[in-house]
Parts: sequence; C-alpha cells; structure tokens
Amino acid sequence: MTSSVTASRLRRTRAKPSVGRGFAWGYLVLILIITIFPFYWMLRTALSNNYGLTTDPISILPVDFTLGPFQRVLGLASVADARAEGGSGATLDLGIYIRNSMIYAGVATFCQVFFATLAAYSFSRLQWKGRDLVFGILFTALMIPAILTLLPNFVLIKELGLTNSFAGLILPGAFFSAFNIFFLRQFFLGLSREIEEAALIDGASKIRVLFQIVVPSASGPIITLAILGFINYWNDYFWPLIIAADPKVQPLTLALAVFKQSSPQVAPDWAGLMAASLLAALPMLILFMVFGKRIVNSLGFTGIR
Amino acid sequence: MTTQLEANKPAGARTRGSKDRSKNRKGAAPTRVTSAANRSDWKLGWLLITPAILGFLVFALYPTLRGIYLSFTDFRVLTPAKWIGLGNYEMLLNDKVFWDSLLTTLYFVFLAVLLGVAISMLTAVILHRVTNSTVIRGLIILPFLISSVVAGVVWSWMLDSQLGIVNLWIESLSGETIRFLSDRAWVIPSLAVITVWKSMGYTTILIFAGLQTIPPQVYEAARTDGANEFQMFRRITLPLLRPITAMVTILTIISAFQVFDIVQVTTKGGPANASNVLQMYIYDKAFGQLDFGYGATMSLALFAMLIVISFTQMRLMRASESDTN
Repeated sequence: MTSSVTASRLRRTRAKPSVGRGFAWGYLVLILIITIFPFYWMLRTALSNNYGLTTDPISILPVDFTLGPFQRVLGLASVADARAEGGSGATLDLGIYIRNSMIYAGVATFCQVFFATLAAYSFSRLQWKGRDLVFGILFTALMIPAILTLLPNFVLIKELGLTNSFAGLILPGAFFSAFNIFFLRQFFLGLSREIEEAALIDGASKIRVLFQIVVPSASGPIITLAILGFINYWNDYFWPLIIAADPKVQPLTLALAVFKQSSPQVAPDWAGLMAASLLAALPMLILFMVFGKRIVNSLGFTGIR
Repeated sequence: MTTQLEANKPAGARTRGSKDRSKNRKGAAPTRVTSAANRSDWKLGWLLITPAILGFLVFALYPTLRGIYLSFTDFRVLTPAKWIGLGNYEMLLNDKVFWDSLLTTLYFVFLAVLLGVAISMLTAVILHRVTNSTVIRGLIILPFLISSVVAGVVWSWMLDSQLGIVNLWIESLSGETIRFLSDRAWVIPSLAVITVWKSMGYTTILIFAGLQTIPPQVYEAARTDGANEFQMFRRITLPLLRPITAMVTILTIISAFQVFDIVQVTTKGGPANASNVLQMYIYDKAFGQLDFGYGATMSLALFAMLIVISFTQMRLMRASESDTN
C-alpha cells in the first residue's frame, strides 16, 4: 500500500494534478485531521456543560455552550455552580502551577544552556592540558539513559533533604547536558575566529570575548537549544512525580495528572478535565505559534548528519 | 524525549561544524598568532567547565555507579543499604511479574515501532513529494509539543467506553463499543496508538530532513533512464535513507521501551497488569513498595537490553554507512 501510493504520487512530481497526487493529498489531510482533532475535541468538550455531554455526546459543537469548565478549574466558580454543571468541586489552582512550571522549566533551561555555553567555549577556544580527555569522558554521558540515574538521583536528592523543593527538581539537570555541550562546541568550532582574535589583540579578556562576540554569533543555536530544553522541562512528568509531592512546587503537568486522578471514577467531570488539559497545553501552543518555524527546522536539523 | 534528542543531535551538529570549518581555514593565519597566548588558559578553562564537571560527577557518574551498587543490596531508603550479593538478580529470574511485564513491553514496542516508523515514513515521503509547507509540518509536530499527560487525558476521554467520541463512532457503525483502555486485549494496542499519535510528527520531521539530503539529480537521472516511481522509491529512496531509517528506528525503540507517562496517566498498568510495562513496574516496586534495590536491578536489566538492541540494530541496518559513500 505504502509504495503504490507513493509511487503513483512520485510520477507527477512537477506535472499537472493526477490521481496519485490526489491520493497523496487525501492521505495528508487524513493525517492532519487525526493530528488536530484531539485538540479540537479538547476545546469542544471544555466549552460544554458536563451534564450536556451525557445527553448529546456525539455533537461536534459544544453542548450547551458555557465557560463554566474553565471557571471551575480556575476556582472562579462557586462550588454550587460547579456542581450544577457537573463539576466535582475540585479546582486546579492554575496560577500557582504555571508559576511552578515557569520556575522549573525556566531556571533549569537557563542553567543548562548557560553552563553548556561556558563549557563549550572552554572546549573549543581555550587551551588547557587534558582538555580532549575531559571532553571524551563527558561525552560518554550521552550513553547514560535517564532510566539508570533516576532512582539513585532520587535517593541522593532525598538524602540532601531537597525533595519537595525547586532545588531538588532543578539540580540534577541544570549543570550538565552532554548533548548541549557537544552541540555548541561543534558550532563554536565552526565560527570564524577573526573578530575574536582582533578583540583579544585589542586587549579584551576571554570572558568578554565569550559574552560579547561568541554568544551573539551563536544566538541561533543557543535559542534553539533553549526552546527544545524548555519544551522538555515543561512537559517533564516522571521526575516531578517522584520529587514534588507538595503542590507548592508541583509543575503543571503533574498537577494535571493529580487533578485527573482526583476526579470521580464514575461520571467524571470531563468538561473540567479538558479545560484543565487545554490550559496545561496552552503555553506550548503559544510557544508553537511564536517559534513554530524555528522548532520545525531545528527538529529536522537535529536529525540529519 | 530527552534521550531521543540527545542521541541524534550530534549528527546534526556535525554538518554545520564541518561546513563552516572550511570557511574558517581562511582565517588560519591569525589563529596561529594567538594560539601561543591561548596556552596560558588553563585556569579559565577549568573554571568554565567546573559546573559541567560537577554536574557530570554528581548527577550522572555517581548515580550510575550507585545504581549498580544498589542492585546488589536490599535497600528501602529509610534504612541503610544491605549487601545481598546476587539476591536481587535471583529474584529477577524467578519474578513472573517481571517476565510478564517484559513481554507486555515487547508487545508494546513492537506495535509502536512498526506503526510509528511505517506511518512516519509514508507521511514523510508524501510530504517531501507534494509540499514544502512549513505550516503543514508544523501542524504535524503539534502533538509532540504537548506533554504525555495531556495526551493521556485527552485520549482517555476520546476512548471512553460510554461517552468517548471514538467509541460512539464505532457504535454507530458496528453497534458495539470497545473498552479500549480497560480490556486486556485492547489496552496495549490502544496505548501504542496514543504513543504513535504523540510521537509521529517528530519522526516524520526527522525522516523528512533525511529525504532533503538526497540530491534531486539522482531522481532525475533515474527518470531519464526510464525508472518508474515504485522502482525509484525502492532503489533510491530506501537505500539512501537507510542511515536515517536506522537512527529513527533505534530512537523509537529506545523511547518505546521506556514508556511510562502515558501508561501512568491512563491505566496505571491495569487492567490486572495487562499494561504493566517495565518502567511502570520499576516505578511501582521502587516508589510503591520502596524496594529500591530491586528497582535498581530492573533498571540495569532494562539498560542492558537497550544496549544490546541498539548494537544489533546498528549492525543489521548498517547505520553507520549509507550506500552512497
């Protein structure tokens, strides 16, 4: 099936519309619908009355349109109002969780990229004994999967008394990321050194050269790493799950999972759940709208040699 | 996701590095002038990598070694670890739940990888031929950007056995409903489909990027020689894409083996352990029953499997060499 569709499509690469081309577009549209539909369904459900969902579950438009689900997960509706629309009375104190996610993802990403930049500069521009050996050793860390370090890291954070704290959430990944260091080092090696040399001859310090010449020239890759890192941290679930039992430091993803589990097994508040999910995904959707093109290109760019 | 990104970015970085390096050669003379001055950089050099080295030692190397040590101990966090030699490994061999869990995981990996790679490949090849639109590629990666928790919550709503839209459609067609996430037979295929939905965009973009590296002249030459499109796909696209296909397959396998978030949010391993994948079981042992020693043992076992699979796969698909060079 695969090959026949592609084959017939291939034939008319730059020719007029053909049957193959029609099939190809049909397939793409189908894939896009499957991709997008759950997002629409989230929105449609989130704008429905939860009781309405049981009477008219198949309606493609919101049933009994209301902003109630958003209001009740944000804690803006009174318990009575929430119950009247099928809510459980449980709320998601979204402001706090967004703040937590911002701190977690923001600080962790910043540290990770910042320290990777320092290390990459040291590995690519500075001369010191044992440099290549150290780089080689750090590079082996690419082979260590999260699964191996997860439990011992939890034990370590617990021993340090840092569970339920931002420090405990952020520390393990903040200082060292083999991939970021490698990526930036390669990029720095490719940058022309003429301006740097000139600045050094003029008496600028190496640190100044790093921050005033190298970092601005590498702003593209640095921003790319920051975006990818931020997405990663924002969506992270496993580590917060074991570290942050306290709502005061729980990121949004974890809070959403807890919210889901707190909703009743029988006749859950689906409308409220969808409103919460949508709000949890919203920052990523905004990031996507602003940086979509860069994300698409950088993902592809990360894959090819 | 972390592992995916980490594992394949160096490859991408290399392109840019080598491309720009030739440009750099023009500036070789000034480099030589100052390289003498560079030699005195050891202080600053070490200062700048100190955070990275600390991070590596404390949160990567130490936990790895400690994980290996813990696998030989009886360790319940609250009391000090007690050396029990191969005790955990013996337990592993006789633990029926572990082996069932391994089978469940393998079944999941098989479905998720087969579906994921096949659909991504088809989508990428078609995209490559029909349109260059960044918007369409952007929309396709949308599920990749949201967290697995959101994906899990949305799909458990859409697959709900009473009110879920998917089931309502199925019911209107066949008159029956399927308990996707609470039927032993359906739960793993359902989880695989959700996983594919979430990750397909990413793999598609990777394959698409690979397709873009194939020079169009190759196709033109083949067309002049009278090759039809199916022949071109089989004789040009597939062989030239082999390194990318191998890489994408390995990445998908590795991340599928570690599936956790979606399972934890939707089924928690149920019904009756039917979706108790390895990572779920490890989590349950370590944090549910506080048996960290055994948890560490299973983590090591999983790691060993991943290494074996990666190497076998690399050999089988000759990932390091494409047929061009």
